[in-house]
Amino acid sequence: MADLLLELFSEEIPARMQKRAAEDFKKVVTNGLVDAGVTYESAAAFVTPRRLTLSVTGLVEKSPDVVEERKGPRVGAPDKAIEGFLRGAGVTREDLVTRDDKKGEIYVAIIERPGRLAADVIAEVVETTVRNFPWPKSMRWGTGSLRWVRPLHSILSILSNKEGALIVPIEIDGIVSGDTTEGHRFMGAGRFAVTSFEDYEAKLKANFVMLDPVERADVIWHAATNAAFAVGMTVVEDKALLAEVAGLVEWPVVLMGDIAEDFLGLPPEVLTASMREHQKFFSVRNPKTERVEKFIIVANRETADQGATILAGNQKVLFARLSDAKFFWENDLRVSLDDMAAKLSNVTFHNKLGTQAERVERIAALAREIAPMVGADADLAFQAAKIAKADLSSEMVYEFPELQGLMGRYYAQHAGLPQEVANAYEQHYSPLGPSDDVPSEPVSVAVALADKIDTLAGFWAIDEKPTGSKDPFALRRAALGVLRLVLDNEVRTSLNKSFRLAFVLNRLGILSQNAYSDGIGGLATMRLKQIADIEFGIKIICAVDGILILVNEERLSNNNNTVASMDENFRNDEIDLLSFFHDRLKVYLKDKGVSHDVIDACLEMPNNDDLTLLVNRANALQEFMNSDDGANLLQGYKRAANILKAEEKKDGVAYEGEPDVKFATDDVERALFAVLEVEGGAISTAIEAEDFAAAMAALARLRQPIDAFFEGIQVNADSAIVRRNRLCLLNRIREIMHRVAIFSKLQG
Amino acid sequence: MTEAINKPRCFQEILMRLQAYWAAQGCAILQPYDMEVGAGTFHPATTLRSLGSKPWAAAYAQPSRRPTDGRYGENPNRLQHYYQYQVIIKPSPPDLQALYLGSLVAIGVDMDLHDIRFVEDDWESPTLGAWGLGWEVWCDGMEVSQFTYFQQVAGMDCKPVSGELTYGLERLAMYILGVDHVMDMPFNDPDAPIALTYGDVFLQTEQEYSRWNFDVVDTDMLLKHFEDAEAECARILAQLADDPKTGRKIIMAHPAYDQAIKASHVFNLLDARGVISVTERQAYIGRVRALTKACADAFMLTKAAGAA
Repeated sequence: MADLLLELFSEEIPARMQKRAAEDFKKVVTNGLVDAGVTYESAAAFVTPRRLTLSVTGLVEKSPDVVEERKGPRVGAPDKAIEGFLRGAGVTREDLVTRDDKKGEIYVAIIERPGRLAADVIAEVVETTVRNFPWPKSMRWGTGSLRWVRPLHSILSILSNKEGALIVPIEIDGIVSGDTTEGHRFMGAGRFAVTSFEDYEAKLKANFVMLDPVERADVIWHAATNAAFAVGMTVVEDKALLAEVAGLVEWPVVLMGDIAEDFLGLPPEVLTASMREHQKFFSVRNPKTERVEKFIIVANRETADQGATILAGNQKVLFARLSDAKFFWENDLRVSLDDMAAKLSNVTFHNKLGTQAERVERIAALAREIAPMVGADADLAFQAAKIAKADLSSEMVYEFPELQGLMGRYYAQHAGLPQEVANAYEQHYSPLGPSDDVPSEPVSVAVALADKIDTLAGFWAIDEKPTGSKDPFALRRAALGVLRLVLDNEVRTSLNKSFRLAFVLNRLGILSQNAYSDGIGGLATMRLKQIADIEFGIKIICAVDGILILVNEERLSNNNNTVASMDENFRNDEIDLLSFFHDRLKVYLKDKGVSHDVIDACLEMPNNDDLTLLVNRANALQEFMNSDDGANLLQGYKRAANILKAEEKKDGVAYEGEPDVKFATDDVERALFAVLEVEGGAISTAIEAEDFAAAMAALARLRQPIDAFFEGIQVNADSAIVRRNRLCLLNRIREIMHRVAIFSKLQG
Repeated sequence: MTEAINKPRCFQEILMRLQAYWAAQGCAILQPYDMEVGAGTFHPATTLRSLGSKPWAAAYAQPSRRPTDGRYGENPNRLQHYYQYQVIIKPSPPDLQALYLGSLVAIGVDMDLHDIRFVEDDWESPTLGAWGLGWEVWCDGMEVSQFTYFQQVAGMDCKPVSGELTYGLERLAMYILGVDHVMDMPFNDPDAPIALTYGDVFLQTEQEYSRWNFDVVDTDMLLKHFEDAEAECARILAQLADDPKTGRKIIMAHPAYDQAIKASHVFNLLDARGVISVTERQAYIGRVRALTKACADAFMLTKAAGAA
């Protein structure tokens, strides 16, 4: 048994790549060893800014001998065939034995592969690993051709057992392996040799290097929270920052400093963003004042002055940074939100879709339309949408884009706007992901829906739809956001209606960008600014399109530019966008236990652009289909549908007439008539009332009579009148069930 | 205590110490390039000399113009004209990090008291078609230099690789001298009979150029200058290598590259004037990159690039 210690010592490895690199190092090397028959007991990888280290214990010192038997040609085969086999197997005639096989006696080559020394395998595996390491970005340096994340300086590679340690000789691009390394860049005492992992770890520590990133993170967090606790404060938790900072130091030293009084009036998020982004400081919060009042830095060394110079330097840099932030904040507060919003006319949203200002006009018009459907005040929603993007032109958001929305909330509060408006500012970007919170305040919901629907309609209109894995404008996320906003808030709305408005507004917007002359663009823009009704918008588009045809510009449609044809274009856009939503909905509901065929069965029902209705129907149907009655009724439905299909095809007629109970010949048949009469009415009433549970209950009551009918009745009766009547009765079953969902879409 | 004794007293002393240090490390100490550039990297001693196989080691201060950064001299550390100190060594020596740290010691940074860190920062110049990997160097949380291993310049692989160091001189000096506003920084010896601050030297020019850059420069003329530089660059490079007058082979890579530099600076001025839209911006950058690429291709055929 032997232990292996490997260290690849380089210039500073980017913090964000370290964790993955350590995992890859362990995986690639141990896989390589095992593939070559060198097995081991345990392996652990470590990383610091300057080294990747792997410790493997319990290695076999030699891979096992392997004997392989390979079947060859039959005895007596032509010499040529036998020689070819010998060459292929790499053996001589003496290594062949003969065996009985189904085909008769054949030659078998006995290939012996003696085990290899672990050291030889290690040398090979390390070289391959270094030459093919999966760095996200790598580089060359000097005159060499080797690639590494930053220049690689030395390789430590020792194999040790009870008798001692030996260097595993490796040479890669002029770097010769050895048994030495060095400690901390500034505090360490030059190069030193090591004999084992324990020795290595201990000597590193003596030379001011903490090898294990987990230990460094622990030490940092412990020291930081202690320092904060000592002054009655808490460190604002930030796991990503902790991991990053642990990757920037080999010898973490935590220092705490004060944020100057001047800056304590800044929103705490601004302080945190500024300190985190630029300086990688932790924020320290005073629970009494709820302000961020101190900061924590993690230095990479101890100094004779206990870090005083380092702290002073950092404090000075922070002072400059926060002066900037304060300058931005104060400047922003001086500008009214309306003036900020006006500046958005200089900010391009997308070169075909115009500026952020134009986009805001569209979102505001949409938000006003959507507001009543989500229980929001239309004027408040309009007001909130009008300023919802204004902070994008603020100096603070220019500097810290991640504060968008949040700064808007502060500015709106400062301006004394209604709380709903301020909240909508921050919340209208949500939900950003599947686990992000969904806003529930009506004004926020209205603006959030308007924002996302405008984005989708815009990119749909310029044909920038997601394809495969490509979704550069995050349109899937936007659609999922709409779904969750609608469903979580049980919003009842026709999406098509909102889509229509969004498409018309976006088409106008596109025209105002691309139009042939200022005059045409102006016409479109004018309309865009004061949209009251969609139809008039469409007429404007027709007019502009007509002018564009006259001047040989690109046209909007291939049809005649009539309102009717333009209307059809918009209808097609809506259908296409709605089906994108339906696809998203299938993915979303699948996780919630609703199968795709259940959704398909509901999609073809009327008002399928009302997602809440659609999902209520689908949930009820799924529950019904999970029951015995549901599964059996589906069988009955299929039987009816199959018979109908076959007979209709044979006869070349559709049996859609009214079945008449007077032609019924049997009690079972009459019972079915009766039950269809009663439950058909009940189903219609329930659907009318959107009471899907009641509709499903009524369906369940159909099951038994239908089963009984098929059991006791031959549909294809001798009498043509009776047969026709029964086929119409089957059609009645189908028609009644289709009042609930299209059962033919269901599998089972 | 050593730090106090060793501390430089003014801006020019820091520059002079860097010059002496890198001269001692064997670099040719060059003078600034005599054209307006946005960064020290544009100096042909870096852009062109980082190409080809011939070893090269040079250091120089380069006035750098960033019209959009003009603040009329009022911002404590933003200037439309400032100095970069640039070191370029090809191939990059294995101890470049140590050499760099030595330069910090030379300008008075006590390694025992400060926290020096190499923090990932990859460098890319779209107008030069260049990129490299490296770090920004932090001293007590303050970015004091850029450290880059060039991987590509003008779209060509750098073989061998050059190591490039860039010091933002004003910022570094303000830090070392403990000055809060750049204009207050002593330029020459503060005890000299005529002691000058940075503001004595540059405040007025910052004001003048800020006004000219933002509001006065004639954009129609600039647009024409851009076209002219572009055309002249192409015309130079279209000449036959054999000079009919001297009978020598003379490829005019450097005069052509001057035109690329000119186009680049004109573009920066247009940008500061706010007359370039987002879409046009990409197109202009692409045009400058095409010029640089053509000049680099021409340079590769010359002796300085190691061609026969």
